[in-house]
Amino acid sequence: MTILLEDARLAPPKAERWRAAAADLFSSPVNAVVTVVVAGLIAAALWRFARWAVVDAAWSGGAETCRQRSGACWPFVASNAQLMVFGVYPQDLLWRPAVSLALMAGVIAASMIPRLWSATLALAWGLVPAAVCILLSGTFFGRPVSTNEWGGLPLTLLVWMIAFAGAFVVAIPLALARRSNMGGLRTAAIIVIELVRGVPMLVALYVSRFIVPMTAPGLEINLFVSVETALILFVASYLAEIVRAGLQALPRGQTEAANALGLGYWRTTQLILLPQALRAVIPALVNLGIGVLLSTPLVAVIGMTDFLSAVREAASHEQDWPGCYTTAYFVAGLVFFSICFIASRYSRWLERRLRAAGHG
Amino acid sequence: MADHPLSHRTETVRDARRPPRAAPAIEFAGVHKWYGAFHVLRDIRLAVHPGERVVVCGPSGSGKSTLIRCVNRLEEHQKGAIRVHGVELSASSREIDRVRREVGMVFQQFNLFPHLTVLQNCALAPVWAEGVKRREAEDRAHALLAKVKIADQAHKYPSELSGGQQQRVAIARALCMNPKIMLFDEPTSALDPEMVKEVLDTMTALASEGMTMIVVTHEMGFARRVADKVVFMDNGEVVEAGDPEEFFTAPRHERARQFLSRLLH
Ligand SMILES: Nc1ncnc2c1ncn2[C@@H]1O[C@H](COP(=O)(O)OP(=O)(O)OP(=O)(O)O)[C@@H](O)[C@H]1O
Ligand SMILES: [Mg+2]
Repeated sequence: MTILLEDARLAPPKAERWRAAAADLFSSPVNAVVTVVVAGLIAAALWRFARWAVVDAAWSGGAETCRQRSGACWPFVASNAQLMVFGVYPQDLLWRPAVSLALMAGVIAASMIPRLWSATLALAWGLVPAAVCILLSGTFFGRPVSTNEWGGLPLTLLVWMIAFAGAFVVAIPLALARRSNMGGLRTAAIIVIELVRGVPMLVALYVSRFIVPMTAPGLEINLFVSVETALILFVASYLAEIVRAGLQALPRGQTEAANALGLGYWRTTQLILLPQALRAVIPALVNLGIGVLLSTPLVAVIGMTDFLSAVREAASHEQDWPGCYTTAYFVAGLVFFSICFIASRYSRWLERRLRAAGHG
Repeated sequence: MADHPLSHRTETVRDARRPPRAAPAIEFAGVHKWYGAFHVLRDIRLAVHPGERVVVCGPSGSGKSTLIRCVNRLEEHQKGAIRVHGVELSASSREIDRVRREVGMVFQQFNLFPHLTVLQNCALAPVWAEGVKRREAEDRAHALLAKVKIADQAHKYPSELSGGQQQRVAIARALCMNPKIMLFDEPTSALDPEMVKEVLDTMTALASEGMTMIVVTHEMGFARRVADKVVFMDNGEVVEAGDPEEFFTAPRHERARQFLSRLLH
């Protein structure tokens, strides 16, 4: 029964499903009691949350109002929004991270529209992070801003975009090498992939930040470069396995047909195999993307002021703004949750769409 | 099939045949192949002349697919020599690619590229393997799609076509490289019966233009009408190779007789 219900084509209409679920919840005395108790707990939690977020919250005024109220301190968010979003980036140059944020959001939004998938979009994934780096650092124009002063949401998105785009560049050769019939190449790829996958992301960050510079005395590596190197390798090792799975799932006939037409290994890979393999693993890619985004706050441990650290930084003035920690973390959580929720709904929509199109 | 296996062969197709020239288009000289310990091709000796149509038949597992896949090196042989237009197949990938551009292949499962439209399927190899301009490749593709009678489907995806249409696209795709030789590996076996004829008709038309063809098929009506030579394989060997009329009416070998009697029932 459950198996049948999971099959979308056989699933009954929504109203029907609700009725069935409701019937299940009260199908026996024990079930009825459990249902009532759980519903009560949920209601209590919601009520407490509503009191905190609405009834007892300070909605206007300043720190003084917050001190008098026991709920959320919304004025704090309003007056610290800039610090929370942009971190410690110089106040007078905030247009740079603002434009950066818009650029990156634009590329990410465009990437969600299948009709726009093209070589140009892939190129944008390379060019936009580069442009953002130039913009934030002020290279070639204006006042230079060191990477240590970058921060907040633009930095989190930038770190994530570069990690993902860079990982693709590394992962595809890794995946191909792992499938290669040249033994040495295959072994090398397996060693790299398994080694990196066997290490927690935190360790990868530490190694890249503290161990690698020790290998060469006097070597000084920029924090941003350390972070990206670690993340790219880390993401690439997972991505390589996803890409490999996608390639593995293609019928042999595709390669044979391409070869029979006179297309060599590289053309076959580029024109026939990768486009199909990548399309097939999009849901896995989106999942990996969400996972990496949720892991980015780890970069704070080696000193980067990502979005979450910027929020923490803003909230650290507890004496001025009592109770603002909870409010600040709530906002940060909401931002992460919204991004990931949209991404996961999107992934499900896309999967359905690709399956319906018949070439997914 | 419209033709009964014993009906008379139409002569029109034969007339178009050019007289065999001295150098064979394809030559197998004592070819052996093993899959591990399994001896799949045993001492194959066979010459296919330009313009000649050869039908290969035999029981399942007898090595028919392996035989034709050796011609464009989808499979490697281990002993003996295979020559295509006098060029011996070796490990040189440049030579293999050249041979592959001259030899078109049609598969049982069509193997169209599902992420590309029919037109893109056809124009892809001319652009990327031959270096033709996109416009020219697409013109060529349109012409060949018209020839296999699916000009109006050019912008559809393969999954939107029937099996028979897909197989005709596969034929057009192979023809887009202007091959001198066409290999067919059971092109109608995966088709619903009502679509077999449209594909066989396309192949017959191709034969009447003088294309050199090796066709693995169990469509004996087609073999009688179109083939110049029937090759019967069993257990990795060419058991009998000769005139189709003779093969069908008076096979010399017991194994061929058994095979034919099973096919006709
Ligand atoms: N890659 C392979 N590895 C091992 N054995 C193989 C491989 N490919 C084919 N064979 C075996 O070689 C034999 C010949 O296969 P082949 O596909 O050439 O037969 P066939 O005459 O085309 O049969 P069918 O009519 O079923 O297509 C079969 O016994 C098959 O199991
Ligand atoms: Mg076969």
